[in-house]
Amino acid sequence: MIAFILQRLMQSVLVVFAMSVIVFVGVYAIGNPIDVLIDPGATQSIRDALIERYGLDQPLWRQYFTFVTNVAQGDLGRSMVYNVPVTSLIFSRLPATLELVFVAMFLATALGVPLGIWAGYKPDSFSSKAIMALSILGFSVPTFWIGMLLIMGFAVNLGWLPSGGRGLVAEFLGFRTSLTSAEGWSHVLLPAINLSLFKMGLMIRLTRAGMVEAMRADYVKFARAQGLSEREVVFGHVLRNISIPIVTVFGLELGSTLAFAVVTESVFNWPGVGKLIIDSILQLDRPVMVSYLVMVVILFVLINLVVDIVYARLDPRVRLKGEE
Amino acid sequence: MSAAIEVAGLTTQFETRAGIVTAVNDVSFSVGRGRILGLVGESGSGKSVTGFSILGLVDPPGRVSGGQVLVAGTDLRGLTPEAMRKMRGKAVSMVFQDPMMTLNPVLRVGDQMARAVRAHDRVSTRAAWDRARAALEVVGIPAAAERLHAYPHQLSGGMRQRVAIAIAILHQPAVLIADEPTTALDVSIQGQILAEVRRLADDTGTAIVWITHDLAVVSSLADDICVMYAGRIVERGPAEAVIARPLHPYTRGLMDSVPARHEPGKPLPQIPGSTPSLLNLPSGCPFRNRCPRASDLCTTDPPEVGTATHSARCHHPLGDA
Repeated sequence: MIAFILQRLMQSVLVVFAMSVIVFVGVYAIGNPIDVLIDPGATQSIRDALIERYGLDQPLWRQYFTFVTNVAQGDLGRSMVYNVPVTSLIFSRLPATLELVFVAMFLATALGVPLGIWAGYKPDSFSSKAIMALSILGFSVPTFWIGMLLIMGFAVNLGWLPSGGRGLVAEFLGFRTSLTSAEGWSHVLLPAINLSLFKMGLMIRLTRAGMVEAMRADYVKFARAQGLSEREVVFGHVLRNISIPIVTVFGLELGSTLAFAVVTESVFNWPGVGKLIIDSILQLDRPVMVSYLVMVVILFVLINLVVDIVYARLDPRVRLKGEE
Repeated sequence: MSAAIEVAGLTTQFETRAGIVTAVNDVSFSVGRGRILGLVGESGSGKSVTGFSILGLVDPPGRVSGGQVLVAGTDLRGLTPEAMRKMRGKAVSMVFQDPMMTLNPVLRVGDQMARAVRAHDRVSTRAAWDRARAALEVVGIPAAAERLHAYPHQLSGGMRQRVAIAIAILHQPAVLIADEPTTALDVSIQGQILAEVRRLADDTGTAIVWITHDLAVVSSLADDICVMYAGRIVERGPAEAVIARPLHPYTRGLMDSVPARHEPGKPLPQIPGSTPSLLNLPSGCPFRNRCPRASDLCTTDPPEVGTATHSARCHHPLGDA
């Protein structure tokens, strides 16, 4: 187990390195931040001073080298726009995204998996067909549009919930969150529902597909021949067998939602990292972009590591590499 | 002697797009306590569906459409789904063909067995594991306590089939239906399992319905034999009698195709043709198109011939019976 984790961490160092090169070169290619940052009326000498200060006069490889050296010392650089360290900028935004994603993933899984189980258990019933039809809507209708409909319905017409922004924030276990107050929840609810619909559709379809296949398996028939009740057959025998694809997709979706909840955060004006990265791309804020994307890579690597470990717990036939 | 299980007129049909298929057609047999009935037939003869029909586990679009299944005086077909569930595993158990597929790959052997125990008896998990260990010992699994913690993939095929049998006999059922349980195993393992099963029938009085396509297996194991063809029982009788003096030409054909009984060096006789499609059965005797003794008479339904103990459905039975 330890050997497996070490091996995976070493692989991830390589991945992170490769990714940082790609991101760095990519960001370098899309434009010169000086043109965006500086007042067009500034003199050439001010321009030159700024270029030199950010090291933009250096060749690409030297800029990259400087960046890596600084990162190795724990310094991700300063935002060109906000003029604060990138680390504190990202970490000030991260809790908002984390709580939003947490609520959304919880909704998607807690509703999606049971609905999928039902739809796969009784595939021919009317309710199952209705669930499947709705799940198609869930991931084919654009998120931003559903978001606007939600705002129109619940915020504008009914007036039940606020239309955007983050509510009351309190300190909880050293973490700034809005999930400790009812007012905070009222702000989280709409964007979280918006964010969860796509994932819920995915979870429903995935679970259903697994159910339909597993219910035909011999071990299900054998379990029934032993006199097990349908509940025990489904929850005792089948659920564990179909949980591997569910965990995989859960992990992938968790990662991509954390990194790219951009659309929902924009529609609901949610002050999370998604909005931060979009703003920094628009303003060509290079250090933020590069650091953020590298952090996303690390995040994915970690989530996949956890998913692999969970696999081995769920399926005894899976042996982790490096394990006897 | 009262029968442990009595099947009468069992009929199972599948509604397919091409029409109604009668996979099990008016099948009747009974098995006494501690006796073994060999239900023999080719693939597609309806022998497995017969097993599932008894347990009420025929998958849609299949449906048991007629007949009775009496176990300890109760007609299983008249039971509610919940009452039927309580009979499965408790009064009537079943073992399947492929031991690689019948055990749940992600649950420990002991866990699966304990669940089966607790499906019928409200006992603690610990007591259930104890009973599981005892059942493994009954079917001859060495180091049973350790095997309980193994996952199915860590056991050999023969071991897994023993586990499956152990699960099936956890509640000392009156009837055990075994659907080709040794087909997927090595011959040496097969011999061991057959011996265990024989002992099980003798020791516990469990009546066993042994479904197989292998006449060689049943000839050494079964007390009685029923030969199935195209969903019907075409010959029945005590094992020795059926093997020694088969009445139905189909039974004769099956026996001639067993390599061990055949003179070496000569080509193995075969039954010409293949099992007819159940959608398109010939009129009268379903075997007549493949039968060396067929005549015009065979287009009508064959009569029951022979004695009360050994009979066949044939217009032209073999021998003088």
